[in-house]
Amino acid sequence: MNWTLMWDSLPRLLAALPLTLTLVFAALACGGVIAFVTALLRLSDYRPLVWTIKTYVFAFRGTPLLVQIFLLYYGLGQFDAVRTSVLWPFLREPLWCAILALSLNTGAYTCEILRGALQSVPAGQVEAARACGMSRTLAFRRIVLPIAFRQMLPTYGNEIILMVKASSLASTITMMELTGVARKIIAQSFAVFEIFILAGVIYLALNFVASQAIRLGEKRLQPCG
Amino acid sequence: MLDLLSFGPNGWGAQLLSGTLMTLLVAVSAFGFGVLIGSFAAAAKLGDRLLLRGLAETYTTVVRGIPELLVIYLLFFGGSGMVMALARVFGYDGYLELNAFTIGVVAVGLISGAYSTEVIRAAVRAVPKGQLEAARACGMPKMLILRRILVPLTLRHALPGLGNVWQLTLKDTALISVTALAEIMRIAHLAAGASRQPFVFYTTAALLYLLLTSASTILFEQAERYANRGTGRR
Repeated sequence: MNWTLMWDSLPRLLAALPLTLTLVFAALACGGVIAFVTALLRLSDYRPLVWTIKTYVFAFRGTPLLVQIFLLYYGLGQFDAVRTSVLWPFLREPLWCAILALSLNTGAYTCEILRGALQSVPAGQVEAARACGMSRTLAFRRIVLPIAFRQMLPTYGNEIILMVKASSLASTITMMELTGVARKIIAQSFAVFEIFILAGVIYLALNFVASQAIRLGEKRLQPCG
Repeated sequence: MLDLLSFGPNGWGAQLLSGTLMTLLVAVSAFGFGVLIGSFAAAAKLGDRLLLRGLAETYTTVVRGIPELLVIYLLFFGGSGMVMALARVFGYDGYLELNAFTIGVVAVGLISGAYSTEVIRAAVRAVPKGQLEAARACGMPKMLILRRILVPLTLRHALPGLGNVWQLTLKDTALISVTALAEIMRIAHLAAGASRQPFVFYTTAALLYLLLTSASTILFEQAERYANRGTGRR
């Protein structure tokens, strides 16, 4: 075990942490919006929309994230129409491609989690709210959504941890986040285990913090006590 | 475009097909390896030995908490060193190198095993105690109970969870392409570079994965139906 190398590499690895966190938070935020919209459309009565959302979820849950990232980063550039469009300055950047791919990916998974949670809200709760004179929107905002949110929190916690791990795939499209930097140091120093342990501990710490935050949230949302 | 995907001399059809078979081979081997590790780790977690329980607990926590790519890099860059160090203990001093296939199966298998552990552990605990007591009362020896009672009943509870683990494993094999093993992603990457048609080949790769995942969904549904025979649950 080369302790000096480990100690010297720590600042370099920690310097990559902001990019990893940016990727995770951006993906979770955009993915959350995507999931909210798609879950509502999925539960709507409009057939074509329901099928579109179903296809989206099927495609993104059935393929590896790596394919999705490569398809967006390398694949889209094949078309002149994309290269001349206003979106090209964004789609050319690995950062935006990574965020887009991660968001679409977590959006598809979260859509299903949210749909399950919304469907699990007891019909009696909604009926009671309607009987009290709440409008459908108000009942949705005040009754359905909070109950569904509480219901989905444990499963969503797993999704957050999956996203922290998935952010490492951004390193395959030249992003220098935690895994990218770790790989670079390994290639320079051949100290595989030292760097692996360091990077692993940082990821474990991130996931520990995430799971504790979710647990705290679950406790706060408990109805009694 | 179809020319590129054909089986002719200018097409990548044959390579894509062999890549798909390679993906399947890696996924099946890794999944099997994972179930094997998972069974032992689950047994360790359910057992009374504190040391074994601690080891299994550490294994699942660590492997499920760090990115898959990092595990693959560890074995890709450090696997040969580990094997050589192990061989030195047994008195062998030569040079050993692991091929990409072995690294892929071991890496993905280790990841798959960590998830399998949790599934199998929960399934074993779902087997009613009375079943095992009845078997013992009938005078069955331990191994017979394991084979005739515990494994079939555990399988019934574990299959839905193992189906999820299989899907994860199948998708994780895509990451093996960083070790240049010729599976779907690697072939797509090579073809995309050679033909300058990345969109075509990555879309093909995505469709191949969709084919594999949907086919396995159907297979697992049938397996569940078989495991649940006689219970009225369908």
